[in-house]
Amino acid sequence: MAKEVSLETMSQEYFDVLKELGNIGAGNATTALAHLLNCKVDMSVPQVRLLDFQDVGAIMGGEEQIMAGIYLCVEGDITGSIMFLLEKESARHLVSKLMGFEIPDGEFDEMEISALKEIGNIITGAYLNSLSTITNLKIYPSVPALSIDMAGAILSVPAIEFGTIGDKILLIQNQFSDDVQLDGFFILVPDIESYGKILSSLGIG
Amino acid sequence: MAEIIKVGMADLKVCAAPNGLTTLGLGSCVGIAIRDPGTKIGGLAHIMLPDSTAIKNNTNIPKFADTGITELVNKIVAMGANRSKLVAKIAGGAQMFAFQNKNEMVRVGDRNVEATKKKLAELRIPILAEDTGDSYGRTVIFYPETGDYVIKAVGKSEKTI
Repeated sequence: MAKEVSLETMSQEYFDVLKELGNIGAGNATTALAHLLNCKVDMSVPQVRLLDFQDVGAIMGGEEQIMAGIYLCVEGDITGSIMFLLEKESARHLVSKLMGFEIPDGEFDEMEISALKEIGNIITGAYLNSLSTITNLKIYPSVPALSIDMAGAILSVPAIEFGTIGDKILLIQNQFSDDVQLDGFFILVPDIESYGKILSSLGIG
Repeated sequence: MAEIIKVGMADLKVCAAPNGLTTLGLGSCVGIAIRDPGTKIGGLAHIMLPDSTAIKNNTNIPKFADTGITELVNKIVAMGANRSKLVAKIAGGAQMFAFQNKNEMVRVGDRNVEATKKKLAELRIPILAEDTGDSYGRTVIFYPETGDYVIKAVGKSEKTI
């Protein structure tokens, strides 16, 4: 029986482990992105933060900042969900790059949305793969769902999931760049039992 | 000069006219605006989850529809509003992501709206208007002076309910 972990009372050791998993996952995701776009992508050291609900929106340039959020459910040995958030202009840039031509301003069309979902799928897939390899746990992601809306509204989804176990949200902020700076965020939301499983699979807790 | 007071996620605030209250980027959460038209005292709660009794960690009062609405009403009354005159308007409860599977968590927007209506009915506070459900985020501004509840969404024209 895996030990129950609470984000509020988590020891520094646990936090550091989750942070390191975040680093490795984001690193793999960046490599996957470089392969996909066939160019060099640099990544800054990701920042892992444990935030109060009230402060989450501010991190992304305000609750009303338009973001693209790609959201997948996770099943297997651990259950939960993962979200990859990208500022809208960064999303536009990535889609342009993938499609090989500059896409115009305004709403994304069906093709572009599909491309964006695929980018999200590959990035989160790489992230989950590395998590699965390190922990030796089976992790299966669902088909991705996409929403382009205000940061606050998109974030309400993982925030609510965190809300069932505590009053904080664990966020990995990742800046990467090719020729322009891209801002991305990962939010991994394991169920409360899954935290324990992740930690015990690593021989901690 | 009237002030617009910001209400965060899992948060609630009260004020009197001419001031207003706002919460930005409501997704699956619900924004509950309650006022007394006589004293023009009102409040806004931004709840995240339907039921405080369903989970263990439930000390955060404004996070839940049941405890949050009760607390909001108490605060409005404490400011001098007439308890029996209170009326409500609600917004939010969207389903931000379309999944095929019917995971309970994904439906949380609907459940938040249901729980909000149930609690307001229990407290005998009528709901005058609502803008709930669908799949987009909302920014809301509430004016206890007029009872206007202004709703803004990306790519949609502003409306007042």
